[in-house]
Amino acid sequence: MSARTLVTGIGVAAPSGLGVEDFWAATRIGKNAIGPVTRFDASSYPSRLAGEIHGFEPAEHLPGRLVPQTDRVTQLALVATDCAFEDAGLDPGDLHPCDMGVVTAAGSGGSEFGENELRKLWSQGPKHVSAYQSFAWFYAVNTGQIAVRNDLRGPTGVLVGDQAGGLDALAQARRRLRKGSRLIAAGGFDASICSLGWAAHLAAGDLSVSEVPERAYLPFDAAASGYVPGEGGALIILEDEEGAVARGARDAYAEFAGYGATLDPRPGSGREPGLRRAVLAALADAGCHPAEVDVVFADGAGVPRLDREEAEAITAVFGPLGVPVTAPKTTTGRIGAGGAPVDVVSAVLSMREGLIPPTTNVELSPAYDIDLVAVRPRTASVRTALVLARGRGGFNSAVVLRALD
Amino acid sequence: MKGPHVSKQEFTFDDLKRILLEGAGADEEVDLDGDILDTDFESLGYESLALLETGSRIEREFDITLDDDIFADHTTPRSLVEAINASLKVTVDA
Amino acid sequence: MGRRVVITGIGVLAPGGIGVSEFWDLLSSGRTATREITHFDASPFRSRVAAEADFLPELHGLTDQEIRRMDRAAQFGVVAAREAVADSGIELAGLDPYRTGVSMGTGVGAVSSLDKAYRAATDHGRLAAVDHMRAPADLYDHFVPGSFATEVAWAVGAEGPATVVSTGCTSGIDSVAHAVDLIREGSADVMVTGATDAPITPLTLACFDAIKATTSLNDDPARASRPFDATRRGFVLGEGAAVFVLEELESARRRGATPYAEIAGYASRSSAFHMTGLRPDGRELAEAITVALDEAHLNPSDLDYVNAHGSGTRQNDAHETAAYKLALGPYAHRTPVSSVKSMIGHSLGSVGSIEIAASVLAMRHHLVPPTANLRTRDPQCDLDYVPLVAREHRTDAVLTVGSGFGGFQSAMVLARPDRRTA
Repeated sequence: MSARTLVTGIGVAAPSGLGVEDFWAATRIGKNAIGPVTRFDASSYPSRLAGEIHGFEPAEHLPGRLVPQTDRVTQLALVATDCAFEDAGLDPGDLHPCDMGVVTAAGSGGSEFGENELRKLWSQGPKHVSAYQSFAWFYAVNTGQIAVRNDLRGPTGVLVGDQAGGLDALAQARRRLRKGSRLIAAGGFDASICSLGWAAHLAAGDLSVSEVPERAYLPFDAAASGYVPGEGGALIILEDEEGAVARGARDAYAEFAGYGATLDPRPGSGREPGLRRAVLAALADAGCHPAEVDVVFADGAGVPRLDREEAEAITAVFGPLGVPVTAPKTTTGRIGAGGAPVDVVSAVLSMREGLIPPTTNVELSPAYDIDLVAVRPRTASVRTALVLARGRGGFNSAVVLRALD
Repeated sequence: MKGPHVSKQEFTFDDLKRILLEGAGADEEVDLDGDILDTDFESLGYESLALLETGSRIEREFDITLDDDIFADHTTPRSLVEAINASLKVTVDA
Repeated sequence: MGRRVVITGIGVLAPGGIGVSEFWDLLSSGRTATREITHFDASPFRSRVAAEADFLPELHGLTDQEIRRMDRAAQFGVVAAREAVADSGIELAGLDPYRTGVSMGTGVGAVSSLDKAYRAATDHGRLAAVDHMRAPADLYDHFVPGSFATEVAWAVGAEGPATVVSTGCTSGIDSVAHAVDLIREGSADVMVTGATDAPITPLTLACFDAIKATTSLNDDPARASRPFDATRRGFVLGEGAAVFVLEELESARRRGATPYAEIAGYASRSSAFHMTGLRPDGRELAEAITVALDEAHLNPSDLDYVNAHGSGTRQNDAHETAAYKLALGPYAHRTPVSSVKSMIGHSLGSVGSIEIAASVLAMRHHLVPPTANLRTRDPQCDLDYVPLVAREHRTDAVLTVGSGFGGFQSAMVLARPDRRTA
């Protein structure tokens, strides 16, 4: 139980960069990646901005046999996983397949694939539905395809908790390591920029209707008016310290040190939202005092009520202006199940460089007593980072990452 | 589903290649334009799932119903093309 | 030895029986709940039979607003959760809500609501894109089924860790195992956990038609699900939910609860082979079984009953039989094995939890439910599958397994708490 869980590899597919290098080059300076929707004709919808990954050609990265049977979300997940394994310096044969597993968070599954099959079903009839629909859309598809492609025969997992699920998946990966696995590929992915997905986001009611990419998603800003959906996610290679040392892994990025999760009470209960308790649970799990935390990667809903809840929870734990807070997802939009793993990537890179990436485009509302790293990056020694994620339905998750000595 | 109004009356090897590519892609190690008429589908990289997808695309495009066992009984492109043409003929004659 | 986790309450909603008592009546009688599909016109489909639940939400305490808001599967989950909490006798309102968590499994989430919403918002497929003005207000909660956990948490007043587990057809086992982990590690004291699915919908039927995974035996619906039988032709879709209350053994005893069973061991593995195909030798499923038994400190000889996945596809039943032989050795032949899917069909993600319920009830009644419709022996399936008639049999330890698309293989060991040597 005492063995530490280490982040030994990272792979990312985000609107701001496919691959860690491009992603961090954009994120560290807050380069905006939100723009007009191009993946489907959004002209008839009230919201028309998204964080899309441009220039991704699946056939350049994946076998020809795999492409027709996979949704975009799976293609992105497989490519990010390839990058993460490469980054971890893992060669085939380093570990036994049964000692390696995979846990991912899903949001809407292979929704674009699913929408196409629904269209065929209702416009042409049941015989037109693809054989691949039996798995290309379901929530477990990324875990399954990652396991098949990388021959990971150990424990598996798939969690759904909207935006919070991405952190829950990393925590489940740590449990698997504590039960004896040597390596777990963990992360989360979402890609719901299709007409069905768009209708779903619109139904939820918090989608920004701004036409200006730089003004559409402004968490903690007095002008906050909703969010912009993004696509992609990140894959994190987690290993137990002993095993990583034994296989001669190169320097790990950080320790996955603590985790906590709660669910908000039923609306109208008058009880406090659960985020503060999730943060306290994660800090306690990490054996970490709030004063040790150098940066908070906020969930940054971009919806005034939720921004206020988050700012209040952060202030309650850390005190007014008690810790630098940032939301680099302002460059990409909210990536659902992929959002929090992308923030974990940002957090470990921020430790490595000693730089907190900015909350781009945002001017902090005077209503919040938080030290927001807005507009410009901030140089800082980052030894301990807290990553927060909240999902629709009341999910709150918090993760503590700690630099290694 | 069977009826006199079939859209096409012959199923060619090129039809098969096209439908395989559309529905299941191609293995990088395999050249579909090579001499593969008598190569097993399995050696061409097409497992049962890919063949099920291929079969249902053929059924839709040529308006025929294939036996459940067609790919078990016909494991190469040549044999499959012949079998499908035989069943197209039955459909037209009917 | 860490915290031991026990089941203290059960709720079941299954084809042929709403509530634990009707469910057990069906299983112990060997009757089947498979029939011609009535939920919609299934005549254009290859497979036209399913095991449907006769569920009228208004009769089970759901308000009009809840019925409008929730997908059918979410409704199943909430009804089963309420039954489980009532059955356990636990007063959740008196406990710290942050110490009660929820883990709900589902294979295909709110697929029937998505299917309906798509139809409504595209004018039955006539529009190429979804018209958001015609989409239901709760579409996002159907699109991302985390809402299933939220609904159950709201119904029981839980504010601790909550999630949906969605590992396809092993979701119902993996979800409960996740809840066990949370209690063992101290993240929660009580977990309300199980799984729910309502997949009998045109989209699901069509995609299983396309790979010929569902049965083509439409002529005799009551005998369409034939696990381990030589004439089996694929699985029969089902629907339903099972939910449990889990507690740490000592605290359950302190409040005077009588545990049904301890969840003593679990493991999941991936076959990492193919999204729908299985290696014939069953190696990864066998390894999951072996690891689950080890965690339970039990030997194959200790098992009194194996509650099989037994989906009734040609591939699965042979694969699973091979895995039992590999993992249990000679005891594969000496232990009764049965598939309740012969009676209640295969409800994808939720069936694993329904089968945990069946396993626990087998322990309570010392009665092994049968494999219905098993009349013709298959040389590849040569174990004792308890054909047709339930069997009285001392049952103190049960293995239940699941196997599904994506390569997921899971095994769970349930045991009478006082049976285990600590």
